[in-house]
Amino acid sequence: MSFKRNILDLRKRKKEAQQGGGEKAIEKQVAMGKKTARERIKAILDENSFHEYDLFVEHTGRDFDMEKKVLHGDGVIIGTGTMYNQPVAIYAQDFTVAGGSLGLMHARKITKIMDHALKMRVPLIGINDSGGARIQEGVNSLAGYGEIFYRNTNASGVIPQISVILGPCAGGAVYSPALTDFVFVVENISKMFITGPGVIKSVLGEEISMEDLGGAMIHSEITGNAHFFAKSEDECFEQIKKLITFIPWNNAQKALKFPVQEPLSKTSIEEIVPIDPHHPYDIRDIIKAVTDGSDFFEIMEYFARNIVIGFGRIQGNTVGFVANQPMYLAGVLDCDSSDKAARFIRYCDAFNIPIVTLEDMPGYLPGVDQEHAGVIRHGAKLLYAYSEATVPKVTVIIRKAYGGGYIAMNSRHLGADFVFAWPTAEIAVMGPEGAANIVFKKEIEEAENPAEMRKQKIQEYKDKFANPFVAASKGYIDEVIEPAETRARLIHSLEVSSSKVDPRPARKHGIPPF
Amino acid sequence: MEEKNPNYQIFVVNSARYLTLTTTKYEKRKKWQALDPKEVRSIIPGSVIEVFATPGQIMKSGQAILTLDAMKMYTKVEMPFDGVIKSVEVATGDRVPKNTLLVTIE
Repeated sequence: MSFKRNILDLRKRKKEAQQGGGEKAIEKQVAMGKKTARERIKAILDENSFHEYDLFVEHTGRDFDMEKKVLHGDGVIIGTGTMYNQPVAIYAQDFTVAGGSLGLMHARKITKIMDHALKMRVPLIGINDSGGARIQEGVNSLAGYGEIFYRNTNASGVIPQISVILGPCAGGAVYSPALTDFVFVVENISKMFITGPGVIKSVLGEEISMEDLGGAMIHSEITGNAHFFAKSEDECFEQIKKLITFIPWNNAQKALKFPVQEPLSKTSIEEIVPIDPHHPYDIRDIIKAVTDGSDFFEIMEYFARNIVIGFGRIQGNTVGFVANQPMYLAGVLDCDSSDKAARFIRYCDAFNIPIVTLEDMPGYLPGVDQEHAGVIRHGAKLLYAYSEATVPKVTVIIRKAYGGGYIAMNSRHLGADFVFAWPTAEIAVMGPEGAANIVFKKEIEEAENPAEMRKQKIQEYKDKFANPFVAASKGYIDEVIEPAETRARLIHSLEVSSSKVDPRPARKHGIPPF
Repeated sequence: MEEKNPNYQIFVVNSARYLTLTTTKYEKRKKWQALDPKEVRSIIPGSVIEVFATPGQIMKSGQAILTLDAMKMYTKVEMPFDGVIKSVEVATGDRVPKNTLLVTIE
């Protein structure tokens, strides 16, 4: 009898709390083209799998009349559920409740689910949609952010951490996503910045729109803060669901194995690459020619396009690809591309994902801007990441492998397990044009026809050094292969490396150049 | 995603000429220019609180040219060497972004 009353009371309370900021606020949210926090969680997780905790948590603000305000769930929803029947932890900030502002209890809820995720070794998905710190709660808000960052850092490399930016994410709040593995953004919805357009205008008089300052494309293309760009929330959720199929649930596991598929590409692999090393092509076509079902899931597609990173599968197993992209900036290494690849390599290494490197790269991008931007420091990240990684590492040199870039792109010398080269590979201390200018400087200058002599000397250098056989003669590459053999060699070398053990000296941690 | 006929450009790396596309960020990069020591520029954005220098004034190295309120701190901008002020480009109350020309020295 009395039981029924209690249950009805519970249902009433739940319903009220689940209203979040109420109808009007929800209408506003929808008018901005955004889904509600609950809808978002539902869209990402398996149907009916979500279990919510801390629904009845209330804020503790006691200043500025806050004690009179009810903020349902304190503006954030936390819980667990499943994706592909595997458990995940999730939180979503609810913009309809006080603009999703972060107060002490809001942060406590987030840190609670973070602690669960880490203890249970399950992925954590965080949906950010918040106006920022709840100013009325003062330093408690700051404490909350700090406690989130601390947990992001502790969980880094142990469980996958995914941040989804579906609204504003400003000030200190941006640093939680920045500490996580993958950041998803949506056009016209995601906004990330430290200081907003208002402050910039009042201090500097510079006028800029939110979208131009910290919109989805800015972070995808210019800053490199975002890893996945989508045009709609639904597209974004599909990307998350796809990403999660490629990665293991924690660092003690391997990614799920999928049924083996042959690549679908119709053209033969050697037809993709122009024989003239000065002509471009899309390296992703080579990746698709070797992956199961020609499926390649690119990460950071718009940032530092001169290097391509992403996941594919070979014989059903996830592989991380790092590949120079001759189609953009001739595939050079520079600050951004080194940074982009280095972080991805460390991700793969932390989560037991073998790395396949495809190399076709003329060297480092020359320029004052690069030198002053710290290409030495950023470039060193790439050397560090490859050298540090103990997962299976396989390299295929397709065409150009010159100078420092040859060393950096997972060469034998940095610990590559297998290095293959196509017969078109040019492995040399520098490109023929540059080398001829130096080695034959005198002959060229003193020749009756310097241009003709230069041409001749370039050819001479080309014939002698611009090939894979000099490196092969030293054992720096293991095998010169026919392009059509690439997939078979990758399959075999990854199979051989599947129980790889490569111990490193004991230490607290290294000091990578970041 | 990619255009059918990309507009490849010539891109020189170590004397070799490559056909390739460029990126927005690459196009937007700033060309480096040597600093002119006779131009004093703001090294931090802020507002001009007070201007001490006037055109034609002889000033000693280390003397305050103006005060800038930047990031809640009053910062004195000083003469880099002894010289004569040629022009003052800002006035009290001006908000100046980073790298704004403040004064020129003859």
